[in-house]
Amino acid sequence: MKEAKTPALRVLSPGLLTTLQDLGREGYQHLGIPVSGALDPMSLRAANALVGNPLGSGALEIAVVGPTLAIDADEVRMAFVGAQAAIEILPDVTASAGTLIGSNESIRLRRGDIVRIGALRNATTLYVAVEGGFDVAPALGSVSTYIRGGLGGFAGRALASGDRLPLVRNSATERDEYRLDGLDLGLPKRFRVIAGPQSDYFSETARAKFFGGEYTIVGSDRMGMRLDGPKIEHLRGYNITSDAIAPGSIQVPGNGKPIVLLADRQTTGGYPKIATVISADLPALGRLPIGAKLSFEPVSIETAVEARRQMLAEIETIEDRIVPLVPEATDVAPRLFDNNLISGIIDGKIDEQGRVA
Amino acid sequence: MPDYKVLPAGDTALIVEFGEGIDRKISQRVLALARSLNAAGIGGIIETVPTFRSLMVYYDPLVLPPQSLAARIDESIRGLRLAEVAGRAWRLPVCYDAALAPDLEDVAARTGLSVAQVVERHSAVDYHVYMLGFLPGQAYMGDVPRELNLARHETPRPRIPAGSLAIAMAMTCIFPLVTPCGWHLIGRSPIPLWDAHGPGGALLAPGDRVTFTPVSMREYENLLVKAIEGTLKILPTEGLGAAA
Repeated sequence: MKEAKTPALRVLSPGLLTTLQDLGREGYQHLGIPVSGALDPMSLRAANALVGNPLGSGALEIAVVGPTLAIDADEVRMAFVGAQAAIEILPDVTASAGTLIGSNESIRLRRGDIVRIGALRNATTLYVAVEGGFDVAPALGSVSTYIRGGLGGFAGRALASGDRLPLVRNSATERDEYRLDGLDLGLPKRFRVIAGPQSDYFSETARAKFFGGEYTIVGSDRMGMRLDGPKIEHLRGYNITSDAIAPGSIQVPGNGKPIVLLADRQTTGGYPKIATVISADLPALGRLPIGAKLSFEPVSIETAVEARRQMLAEIETIEDRIVPLVPEATDVAPRLFDNNLISGIIDGKIDEQGRVA
Repeated sequence: MPDYKVLPAGDTALIVEFGEGIDRKISQRVLALARSLNAAGIGGIIETVPTFRSLMVYYDPLVLPPQSLAARIDESIRGLRLAEVAGRAWRLPVCYDAALAPDLEDVAARTGLSVAQVVERHSAVDYHVYMLGFLPGQAYMGDVPRELNLARHETPRPRIPAGSLAIAMAMTCIFPLVTPCGWHLIGRSPIPLWDAHGPGGALLAPGDRVTFTPVSMREYENLLVKAIEGTLKILPTEGLGAAA
């Protein structure tokens, strides 16, 4: 029996910060509007691939603690890619415990099923894609949520209890379920950077300290991550006439503690920037949780462009890395919690420099 | 020797820097280069972001290698027409009433002017929008008359209301959203500079010109009600989209 209501995911509890994100909005930074988009676009693409969506479609980005969602559609095919977390399917709201399911695979859920996602354990983001996507109108070309500006996503904000997040499809297509095979979504410790743009605001000693040092993430949100580690002194003050801020910019404010700027970064700023993380290493950067340690390795622009080429090649193979689940695994059977892992993390395929391929 | 610098900001952005300070001549070159590159429709350039002293050019290095982009930039700069291309002109109502201007008396005291003189001098200028940044729709406008130039507060306020009209050094801003702020608050504008539901989001753009029209508290409140209802239409007085 079909209900008159539009198909939706109903939010029973929103989690800490659950937002709709895609690959971001380009072309509006001159108006002060940040690009936004997924902190880890590689995992977002993989989640979309598992449910057969265009890779850059909008998906839910979950941070730190996940939401509890009720299926308000006849059927929904979903996939979860990113951090390890307990993902449970409960038959109804009164059930105290449900069935643990794996991430990095697709699953078909039915009306009334409840998906409960616990605390994220090893990484900072987890992506949830639904087959057909969310029925949300793009704002300035993107469904990415920019909370500070009240733009995009679901009503320009993070999900809240009671929201009904509309879905495009009311039923799942007839097909097998799939899993990801061999896509590295690891948590590297070394990140490649291009020095500058304000290298001349730092002495050679300060730069050597920065590139030789190990830093710990002590705070992070969608705007950026604050680092603790070797303090970087400025050569001639820490105020510059504001200029634009690229993704992955590492600015050094007056206290000498670097801040790496991410998807929701302000478009301009007045602190000198010692280096910029290369584009190929940004998706992995977006996975690192508070407490993670990292260091920075200067590379040439040629190396960065080559790494970007490899990343795009990797993106083109994502759909080839989707393989059918073995038949017995298609049942929603109880699984060991520890199976709920990202393959790239347990088999450690990423090399020391955190290269994607 | 070229009189500009090209600095890499990672592998997907280049900064074309014309100087280090805030200066109308530098701004003119920045904005002229932005217009020139945007008009050329060069494949591989994703977007340009003008700031006080530099133009950020976002690009895809796999479509347009950095050396080729630098060459295109150099070519554009050589052919730059600096003739003042008029941006749109705007007249924005602002209310300098003491109830909306917590720092106005302090600014008067610090500058040795009367409150009326501060208002008169601040509203007498045809401001230039150097850039937008910090918040969506937030326009950095200059130049504030020298006698009103004050350094920022040492300790910023944790929150200021949306619409706050403020000054710091040679800049004046209307802050579009609630935000922490170290600037001197001298009034409030009912005009939303940022509307998440509007067609382009931001009212002003770099290169626009703005004058402030002082309005009474009563008029401010009337305009604010209209703004909240969504019936307030502000059109530029000159330039694209100007009222006939």
